[in-house]
Amino acid sequence: MKINDVILQTVTKIVTFIILTFAIYLFFAGHHNPGGGFIGGLVISSALILMLLAFDIETVTQTLPINYKVITGLGVLVSLFTGMASFVFHVPFLSQAHLHFYMPIVNEEINIATTIIFEIGVAMAVVGTTMTVIVSISRNKGDEE
Amino acid sequence: MNNIVILPIVIPFLTGALLVLFPKYVMIQRLLSVLSFLAVMGTAVHLLQQVGGEGIQILNLGGWEAPFGIVLVADTFSLLLVITSCIVALGCLIYSFQSIEWERERFYYYAFIQFLITGVNGSFLTGDIFNLFVFFEVMLLASYVLLSLGGLKKQLRAGIMYVLINIVSSMLFIVAVAYLYAVTGTLNMAHLSVRVAEAGQPDLLTAIALLFLVIFAVKSALLFFYWLPESYSAPPTAISALFAGLLTKVGVYAIFRMFTLIFYHEPGITHSVIAWMAGLTMILGSIGAVAYGNIQKVLAYNIVIAIGFIVIGIAVFQEAALTGAIYYLIHDMVVKTLLFLLGGAMVGLVGTYQLKEMSGMIRNHPYLGWMFFIASFALVGVPPLSGFFGKLLVLQGTLETQFYVLGVIGLLSSLAVLYSTMKIFMNGFWGENQLSKEDEKTSTHGLLLPCTLLICVSLFLGIGVEWVNPYVAAAASDLMNPAVYIEAVLGPA
Repeated sequence: MKINDVILQTVTKIVTFIILTFAIYLFFAGHHNPGGGFIGGLVISSALILMLLAFDIETVTQTLPINYKVITGLGVLVSLFTGMASFVFHVPFLSQAHLHFYMPIVNEEINIATTIIFEIGVAMAVVGTTMTVIVSISRNKGDEE
Repeated sequence: MNNIVILPIVIPFLTGALLVLFPKYVMIQRLLSVLSFLAVMGTAVHLLQQVGGEGIQILNLGGWEAPFGIVLVADTFSLLLVITSCIVALGCLIYSFQSIEWERERFYYYAFIQFLITGVNGSFLTGDIFNLFVFFEVMLLASYVLLSLGGLKKQLRAGIMYVLINIVSSMLFIVAVAYLYAVTGTLNMAHLSVRVAEAGQPDLLTAIALLFLVIFAVKSALLFFYWLPESYSAPPTAISALFAGLLTKVGVYAIFRMFTLIFYHEPGITHSVIAWMAGLTMILGSIGAVAYGNIQKVLAYNIVIAIGFIVIGIAVFQEAALTGAIYYLIHDMVVKTLLFLLGGAMVGLVGTYQLKEMSGMIRNHPYLGWMFFIASFALVGVPPLSGFFGKLLVLQGTLETQFYVLGVIGLLSSLAVLYSTMKIFMNGFWGENQLSKEDEKTSTHGLLLPCTLLICVSLFLGIGVEWVNPYVAAAASDLMNPAVYIEAVLGPA
């Protein structure tokens, strides 16, 4: 029997973008408020999982041909290398530095910490791990590899 | 501040993350894994020299000062264990080049070995009790994967039990950390030591100390060892040898650290409980080692006996005994791994774990036989091999502090160790050779090299006591004087 999933698929196409925007908001909120790389990463993966539910796994892998295991590894590497930059600057491991600059259009002082690169790594690792788990348990045994 | 302290944790972590990127290129994976362990060993030896010259090295992560931030502390005791665990891991790694099937090799096997070492080294180096929990979990998660990698029925059966035991004890661990934080208001080990000393360790803190003792006893197979023989005999030899050498020893390290640095004010309660546990562990372990006829079970019960023996050092709580216990701990990590690897090679040749079904292997495999013989004698503590010096000091400590019963049990357990390993040797290598070269299931090609490496380390520990002992004695004297550790972390009082 063919399931009628037109509504789910149409809604998903819009909602995915809302979720991704929210994820980016949460990601940047993280420095002083609740949020950050871990939660941002989880919300990004929830958008991807919604796509997996509404469409099927083949469609999603065709649209996003990503090897999530590699994303996990890369994320960990990004985070580690941010920490190891401390070896170059002779400060304790995982120290952070701040960058202040003035944004002309929004007319505001922007404050960026190097923690943001670390958090990008965390988000990548979280997305990679979550999606690897979801994709592997949604496959049948012996489908791939 | 010394950033090198983080390197023994970062190098294997980095290597592991790199290896995840290209699981199919097995040769590069092998090469990078070996290089990683050599690099860690190099940095640890360098740190050990620094500690000898300048005192305990610390690193405040992210520049947050202790006791508020997380601090890594490299003292002689932890560095000796980091170096030993790298030697052990290197031996198992080289052994697995020839013995692990390519399906496992291509499925992130080497990456998870690196993550396991990340957790082990992290546990040795951290100076924060919550961070200790985190690194325990890193190590355990990697061990869950390595234990069940391959998905054989017996691996999954052992895996479920192993995971359950560890989840329950980890949950208790986090509860105990919460109790401790609620009572003392700090998680930094040096700061904890100061706070507990100020309070004089009242009954409430002693109760928390006993809770910690139970947790680490489960992790290190002290008295609560029922999970160990089953789960260590399920995975392939290289992995079970790695577990035998490292995992339980991290629990022992935690007991040493907690009961010398933090909870040392009520030895009448905590340390006598440890003494009882050590005695019972040795007795029960000896019964198991003597009773079984399955080579892996016998070796697994030998781990249990050794844990009981090492913990005597902390039970009698005296410097000579502690020196001996640390020496024996280092020796046991090397030799137990060696015995597991040699036992695995024997099992590989015959294709069975049952001692009754092997005999006469000395004809075709003299090196294997003699190495097993030397390793067993080192384990028992026949001079001048590596077990002797540690055992001597521990027994001396028990006599000086009038723990006669523990000393006698320790000596008798040595007899049980001797009996059980000789049982393997006589059954496996003496007698009629029933196995022609053609009937052997696998060859020992490439397996004897890592065993030779480990046996050289063991011989060095035995003959080179003069060189190694100053470091071990320094480690023990630091453990007996918590003020040194506290001053290094929190600054002069």
